[in-house]
Amino acid sequence: MKLEMKDQPGQLVAALKPISAVGGNIIAVIHQRETSAAAETLDVQIVLELPEGRLDTLLELFREQGVSVVRIGEERLLYECTLIMIGHLMHTDLSDTVDQIDRTGSAEVTELSLVMPAIDSPSSARITIRSTTRAEAKKAIGILRGVAERKDLLIIEPLEDA
Amino acid sequence: MRIALLGFGSVGRGIARAILAKDLSITVTGLADSRSGLIDPDGIDLAAALARKGNGDPCGLPDTSPADVVAKADYDVLVEVTPTNVETAEPALGHIREALRRHKHVVTSNKGPIAIAYPELRALAEANGVFLKYEATVCGAIPLIHALQEGLAGNTISRLYGVFNGTCNYILTRMAAEGLTYEQALAEARELGYAEADPTYDVEGIDAAIKLVILANTILGMQTTLADVERTGITLLTPDALQLAEDQDCTIRLIGEIVPEAGALRVSPRLIPEVHPLVVEGTLNAVSVETDLAGELTFIGKGAGSTETASAVIGDLLYIQSRHVQGS
Repeated sequence: MKLEMKDQPGQLVAALKPISAVGGNIIAVIHQRETSAAAETLDVQIVLELPEGRLDTLLELFREQGVSVVRIGEERLLYECTLIMIGHLMHTDLSDTVDQIDRTGSAEVTELSLVMPAIDSPSSARITIRSTTRAEAKKAIGILRGVAERKDLLIIEPLEDA
Repeated sequence: MRIALLGFGSVGRGIARAILAKDLSITVTGLADSRSGLIDPDGIDLAAALARKGNGDPCGLPDTSPADVVAKADYDVLVEVTPTNVETAEPALGHIREALRRHKHVVTSNKGPIAIAYPELRALAEANGVFLKYEATVCGAIPLIHALQEGLAGNTISRLYGVFNGTCNYILTRMAAEGLTYEQALAEARELGYAEADPTYDVEGIDAAIKLVILANTILGMQTTLADVERTGITLLTPDALQLAEDQDCTIRLIGEIVPEAGALRVSPRLIPEVHPLVVEGTLNAVSVETDLAGELTFIGKGAGSTETASAVIGDLLYIQSRHVQGS
């Protein structure tokens, strides 16, 4: 995200503090003094990882510190979950199965390992889904469950913490 | 304390051996297996009954039925440890009703009556001023019911999940460790006496599901039946799937799970990190409970076996003895 703050000593630290306060992880801070249009303010770009659902809290804390957020970049897919599928995966159109997840736009299959022991015997696959939030991951698993029922596949879901 | 013992299979004999071996102040005045019965107000000779059973003979007399023992013997507690019937719970259900009506406490390891008729039986026990205890119905030796009812009283349970079936856990442990197929691991489990000739009840998750129903109905205030449990067994699992899990430092276990708020009961194979406390080896059981006051707790122990299940029954008996029964 791109932040705008007063060009005074201590302001950068004040702007970064709320990030750790909400449990975020700063990946990069880019500080370019000369690009700021107004002389009294400072533009800073920050790349960070945040636990789910904390963005609103962070924005609120920034406001309290007098830091205005100029732009929020694209949220990357940060939530990852892994499942195993067993059954006749190729004969039931594996690319269609994957496509059902990718089509959601909020979750996608990022990794797939397939073991096919012999013709006619069931194959096994490990499938990794990345999504924007945990809720989206749950939705993706729900879609996969529906697909599994139609295609007679066994889905082994992860045991998640509640 | 005088008890009538119904059922002289693995659990019943485990109880008899424990009574013989230890000074528990328990006298058996009634005894029955499926073919015979004995009534003796002065105490039955358990060593002789065990010897008869060991020779393949009935434990008692053919003209004395289990119903006779329940109705006529002079006892404080009926110990009902016959095999589970998941459809009707009979004949155990009728025997338990009869004993409660006679103002006798009941201790059972039989899942059927507790899963199917707990509210009715509990009301009957209360109306007659006696205890109904069933620790041995869930996870054998682990005192889970006692821990939830007594130790964790006052807590709200938000989730309860774990490994409830030792047979499945043994099969999955062996598939992961040796790369066995499901069929090979099942054959091995049968050879060791961990699986029945017809393993359906275990491997299709029915046994785990019925334990969830018992916990849901008796501890968590839910009203569920076996049909409410979303259930998937382990019969379709492949060694490849276990290998794929292992590649990511995970394994597969048959997990039973209750989320009371969502009204959800589920038994299914799940992907679980190898370092997770629920990943136990062999025939062990393990149950995690998430609570508001106590936080998260995990119980691990033997879920089946003659002596281990007898331990749970004896725990219930001594609980009743310490609170209710006068003399011995």
